[in-house]
Formats: sequence, structure tokens, C-alpha cells
Amino acid sequence: MTALVRIPTVLRPAMGGDTSVVVEGDTVGEVLDHLTASHPNVKGQLLNDDGTLHRFLNVYVNDDDVRYLGGINAPITNGDEITLLPAVAGGTL
Amino acid sequence: MTRYSSVLDLIGDTPIVDVSALSPKSNVTILAKLEGRNPAGSVKDRVALSLVDAAERDGVLIAGKPDQILIEPSSGNTGIALAMVCRLRGYHLKVVLPTNVSPERRQLLIAWGAEIIDSPGSEGSNGAVRLAQSLSAENPEWVFLYQYANPANPEAHYRTTGPEILADVPEITHFVAGLGTSGTLMGVGRYLKEHRPGVQIWAVEPPSGEMVDGLRNLDDGYIPPIFTDNHGEDLLDRKVVVRPRESIEWTRRFTEVGLFVGLSSGAIMAGAVKCANLIPDDETATIVTIVCDDGWKYLSTGAWSDDIDDVVERAKKIIYF
Repeated sequence: MTALVRIPTVLRPAMGGDTSVVVEGDTVGEVLDHLTASHPNVKGQLLNDDGTLHRFLNVYVNDDDVRYLGGINAPITNGDEITLLPAVAGGTL
Repeated sequence: MTRYSSVLDLIGDTPIVDVSALSPKSNVTILAKLEGRNPAGSVKDRVALSLVDAAERDGVLIAGKPDQILIEPSSGNTGIALAMVCRLRGYHLKVVLPTNVSPERRQLLIAWGAEIIDSPGSEGSNGAVRLAQSLSAENPEWVFLYQYANPANPEAHYRTTGPEILADVPEITHFVAGLGTSGTLMGVGRYLKEHRPGVQIWAVEPPSGEMVDGLRNLDDGYIPPIFTDNHGEDLLDRKVVVRPRESIEWTRRFTEVGLFVGLSSGAIMAGAVKCANLIPDDETATIVTIVCDDGWKYLSTGAWSDDIDDVVERAKKIIYF
């Protein structure tokens, strides 16, 4: 499966300035793994050490918050649009 | 008809009406609780009364004592409701209001005697919160009820809105509401989960960065303390983004069932429709949504009469959700 990942403004400088990238993966976790493999400097801003979603990062698949769809295990289907939205309150982003 | 001794006694006990004609699926019933029937015109009447009652109970406000000043950030309905309650209880209210709210809200605040302190429109509701916090710190004698962190906010919904919904709709399967201060979702959600653990609680939020009021995207950089205090992440079953175009489309569609509602209610209905679409054909569901207020104070936005593309474009510049 491939998904279009929309990159928030705050992360663009660390990711080559792209506004969106196409990433492979069958789950949100796999997509983020692939994304952070090619951009390791943002890994700490997206995922905790145990691989779960950072508390101050919200991830949406087609406008649906994945925290309520199984988190990193939320399934991806071809063409899904993933939006990463960091919450700045109390966070490090 | 019942005879009431005070307008404040008219708050709550709002009607619920079947709007299933708007449901995308015949096996899904959708019911709307009409909070615009509250005397100051919105769901926030419950919150305002609860905040002031709690402050009086705790001795923060003293009924009848002159020259007591309250300050509150609001992009509309809470300020309007507090202004009405303060007028009746004899308190002076200062409302910190973003400059780009609809003019009707500003006029209603003035009508009920509130003083308006402008905050930058470009900073939206978050800017109003920040300015109210700093003014409150500079003027410790002012009473800052702070709806975003005050447990009396969700408590109003736990005590009144939740029980009213369950009494009227015991078969409820889903509750869908907007994420603003999170008071409605936390209070009603907690009540329903305690009494009907299987009920799903859905939050509707606007896209990040939209100039919105009433609904707040948590990603805009402010997580209301009452959301955290009530373990909001655990209480919610689902959180969906609704975009301005859908909100306006559903605000307009409400007129098909005879309801003239505010724009955040359209957004919430769009969320309810997303919810309904996920119900399997061989199951039934009963969704309860909140109509937060009526459409009157949004007429100047042209939301019903102008070209929808223009209205959506305008949504990016003016707060009217």
C-alpha cells in the first residue's frame, strides 16, 4: 500500500522542504517507520522510544484521528492521505 | 405553561428532535438536541450559570457585593451567556474577544452590558485566551472563571445535558459533539459512559489553522486543561476533522428539516453523517448530536445566501464557526 503523507510546516525544514511525500506501508506504524528511516532526524518528534505515537503528535488518515483507530496499528489502504499535526502546547515540536 | 420566576430557570431541559431525514442510512436515526432554545441562545448558558454558581458557592464571587469584576476569553457564546447571567446577578463582565468574530456576537455582548476587550483576530481564540490570562495576572482582584480549565464547565453537562439526553433517548448508541473547550464532550461523555458503557463518543474538530470559534482543533497549540483532567483521550472513541465546506453544506441542509442553526452545528452534523455511514446495513444505531445555537447571529456571514465558494473562502478570514 502507499499513502500520501502531508508534512506540517514545522517539520518541513528537517525533511527537505517537501509538503507531502508518498510512502509505502500497510499500517500507520509502517508508514512512519519508512518515513523516519529516510528522515531519521525527525523520528524523535513523531514516535516515542517504544515506537508508539508521540503524545503531542496527532496523525489523521483521511481526516480521522488514528489514535482512536488503533494508533500505529491503524490500517492503510492505497491512496489514503495521512496528515501529521503536531500540538505545540507542552510539546517539543 | 409553567410559570418561571427567573430567566435563569429557563436554562436546560432543551428539546430533542428527530432529523433522520438527513441521515444517509435508513437504519440510522439521528436526533438533534436544540441548545439554541436556551435563553441567551446557546449551549453555553448551562456553562455560564454553572461557572457563576460554583464561584458563588466557593466564595470567589459574593452575591450582592458591588464592583465585582469578571474577565473571560470567549469568541462568542460563553461571553454572551456569561453577560446575561452577570447582568442578572449584578457582576461586571469583561470579555476578551477576537476582532474577527461576527458583528452579531459583539452586539449581543453589548446588549447584555458586557465590556469588550479586543484581542488580535489573527490569533483567533487562542489569542483571546492568552490576553485574558495576562490581564488576569495583572489584575488579581478580577475574577477569572476560565471555562477551559474550570471543572464547573464539564460538570454542567454531566449534571444536566447528559441526564437529559439519556432520559429522552435511552436507546442512544452514539453521541457526536464539537471539540471546543471540550466541556460538552467531557461532561456528557463521562455521564453516558457511566450509565451506558457501550455508547460511542465522537468528537468533531475543525482543520488545524482554520479561524474557528466554538470548535477548536487541539493541534492549534492549546489543549484545554479540562480535556486532560477528564482523560479526554480515553473518553473519546473517535475524533474526526470536518472542513468548512462540509460544515456550511450541512448547516444549509438543516433547513430541510426546518432548523436554522449556527455553523458549528453544521460541522457536528457532518461528523454525525460520517458516523452514520460507518454503521453496517444490518445494524441499527441512534446518534444524538448537539445543535449548539441557532443561525441568527451568523446572518451577516452570508452563509445561507452567498455562493458557497465565497463563504468557504471567507471562513479562512473571519471567525464564525
